[in-house]
Amino acid sequence: MRDNIVTSVYIIGAGATPVAEHYGRSLADLASEAVRAAFAQVPDLDAGRVGAVYVANALGESMASQSQLGSYLAAAVGLAGIPALRIEAAGASGGAALHQAAQAVASGSCDVAVVLGAEKVTDRLDGALEAALALATDAEAEGIHGITLTAQWALLMRRYMYEHGYAAEVFAPFPVNAHANAAKNPQALYRFGISADKYRKAGQIASPLNMLDCSSVADGAAALIIASERLARELSGPLVRLAGTAIGSDIPALGARPDPLDLAASRASAHVALARAHLGLGDVQVLELSDPHGITAVLALESIGFYERGAAPRHAADGAIAPAGRTPLATAGGYKARGDIAGASGVYQVVELVRQLKGVAGPTQVPGARVALAQCLGGVGVTAATSVLVAESL
Amino acid sequence: MMKPNRPVGLVGYGVYVPRYRIAAKEIARVWTDGQGGVPVDSKSVPGPDEDTITMSIEAARSALARAQVPAERLGAVWIGSESHPYSVKPSGTVVAEALGASPWVSAADWEFACKAGSEALTAGMAMVGSGMADYVLAVGADTAQGRPGDALEYTASAGAAALLIGPAEQALATIEATVSYVTDTPDFYRRADRPYPMHGNRFTGEPAYFHTIESAARRLLGDLDRTPGDFTYAVFHQPNAKFPQVVAKRLGFSDAQIAPGLLSPQIGNTYSGAALAGLCATLDVASPGDTIFVTSYGSGAGSDAYALTVTDAILERRARAPLTAAYLARAEFVDYAIYVKWRGKLVMG
Repeated sequence: MRDNIVTSVYIIGAGATPVAEHYGRSLADLASEAVRAAFAQVPDLDAGRVGAVYVANALGESMASQSQLGSYLAAAVGLAGIPALRIEAAGASGGAALHQAAQAVASGSCDVAVVLGAEKVTDRLDGALEAALALATDAEAEGIHGITLTAQWALLMRRYMYEHGYAAEVFAPFPVNAHANAAKNPQALYRFGISADKYRKAGQIASPLNMLDCSSVADGAAALIIASERLARELSGPLVRLAGTAIGSDIPALGARPDPLDLAASRASAHVALARAHLGLGDVQVLELSDPHGITAVLALESIGFYERGAAPRHAADGAIAPAGRTPLATAGGYKARGDIAGASGVYQVVELVRQLKGVAGPTQVPGARVALAQCLGGVGVTAATSVLVAESL
Repeated sequence: MMKPNRPVGLVGYGVYVPRYRIAAKEIARVWTDGQGGVPVDSKSVPGPDEDTITMSIEAARSALARAQVPAERLGAVWIGSESHPYSVKPSGTVVAEALGASPWVSAADWEFACKAGSEALTAGMAMVGSGMADYVLAVGADTAQGRPGDALEYTASAGAAALLIGPAEQALATIEATVSYVTDTPDFYRRADRPYPMHGNRFTGEPAYFHTIESAARRLLGDLDRTPGDFTYAVFHQPNAKFPQVVAKRLGFSDAQIAPGLLSPQIGNTYSGAALAGLCATLDVASPGDTIFVTSYGSGAGSDAYALTVTDAILERRARAPLTAAYLARAEFVDYAIYVKWRGKLVMG
């Protein structure tokens, strides 16, 4: 398949709200803050040049009683009038919205597009959230029987432990790393470190997943401004190019997949995105993955091919996922500690990677990072959306 | 802050806690297979023939005994609860008659979630402080219900605290002033036709309990131009073991100041009785000249803050009725099966 590309695509602005229980703020309030923060990075950009808005949101209908979030949030942030659509792919909404926006700019149909991820989940109680997240399962084969995403990952974790002879504690490095990084991130939901010992002692949520291996979904909004090359080069400072994006899909029901521990959509979207960027796995220096649980990150790392099957936990234990490691992960705290913002998470991922590539990520900066990969998953990898970002010098 | 025209205080006080207890770990055994932490060690369980009315009567009798005031002299018998046995027929009518306070008495019921008792206290201060009555009995009492398996089931308990308000010159503790802070905050509520309340989980914390108590407490401290260190003791509403300790620390009170009044670890959350029972437990050990800072909290939401000073009269009156510690020590543990049977949680037909 050939893409009709007339321009490279650049991320010229990025901003996000803290992830928190924003009880007193609406979806529109959060969205406005994120968009303002992104535009603050390009003060000379006339907002009238924005040609389209892509909203990433998975839970708007169920948790905020609002559909048509494209137009709704475009108006809320002062961009009423232009094409505005909400992209939904459960947890992959963020990367999917960015992919659609990138295609619009790359094809020349607009010069500037805004990608806005936003979720507001704290107006309803816990049971409603759990049910809304479970909509990402196969409704007829799985959802109707009451399974939740957490339970699905727990089943896969149990199988993975059996196949590779691991105890649950081999996953501890993932939340430990996430929390250590989030402790240095003022915008994170949880800003304290945890130890492997605390992980071992944590109460069970869905065996073998314990409380310190499950992310918390909270409120937040993140925004990206993407632009054509011509417009990007009008700006000063280091540039971040969106070198490749891709979406993959998989058979929804886990029981219908030939190998449930292999996330085929994760692999396919990563490989296509890297191919479009003319890069390989070995070029990637910093990652953002869907990591609500250690097992999620492990299966993605192995499915994509960063590590051999069964090897990711050992590498993580050796420091591979720390900022100084081979595959730095969750440098802002990941889903577990920065917070899980459901459909908006994929946009938060890219906001962090832009900071890494511009060298302004602070204490968790991966030194000299020039190539970054973000991937977010919808459900258990039913949809996967990958973005490859490259830093360009002046 | 609010101060009545004539100085008022507590001329008597009394407490009642049912003898039965259930261990939080026993509730966890049934619902979470013993996993995870529990918010208190145990909670009080009302016996099959106990309710807000019966508990209020015993607590009130202790208050009258300490005060040595004849019941006929009470101008009002006001019961604050969220578990009045009737929606229509005030608990106060039964309590007043049982005490011998009727018929020349006011007796409407009060409701403001867990601060219904302190609402009655504030109104009682006004009634005595205006000279309309010499004595008013304000009681906070509840037999709280928790939905089976819900987080609140670990703490929803039963107890009563009765405060006999009278002129300051007769008081065992004078009340200097009070502040009330109220907002429309739906952290916890129950519709009339429902047995169990709805609560907003984590929303009941920072935006509700902490914001409200801190607002009222800081305002009263500011208006009195005093600091936490100026008080001997402090009592806060205690829905679990942790919250009152956290809010005390945030406001600048020490663990030692709140220790005598912290009952929730053993008896759970007695709802309308909670802050007032904590005050009674503190009066049980306070010395003349000691000062006590009390802040209640009721969901919905609001807080009443008070500053009290203990007088010499405490020494003589304290021993005229059972101390709070005596009720705490009188504990008989039941299991979850007996607990659900007594609390009417079994479908019987």
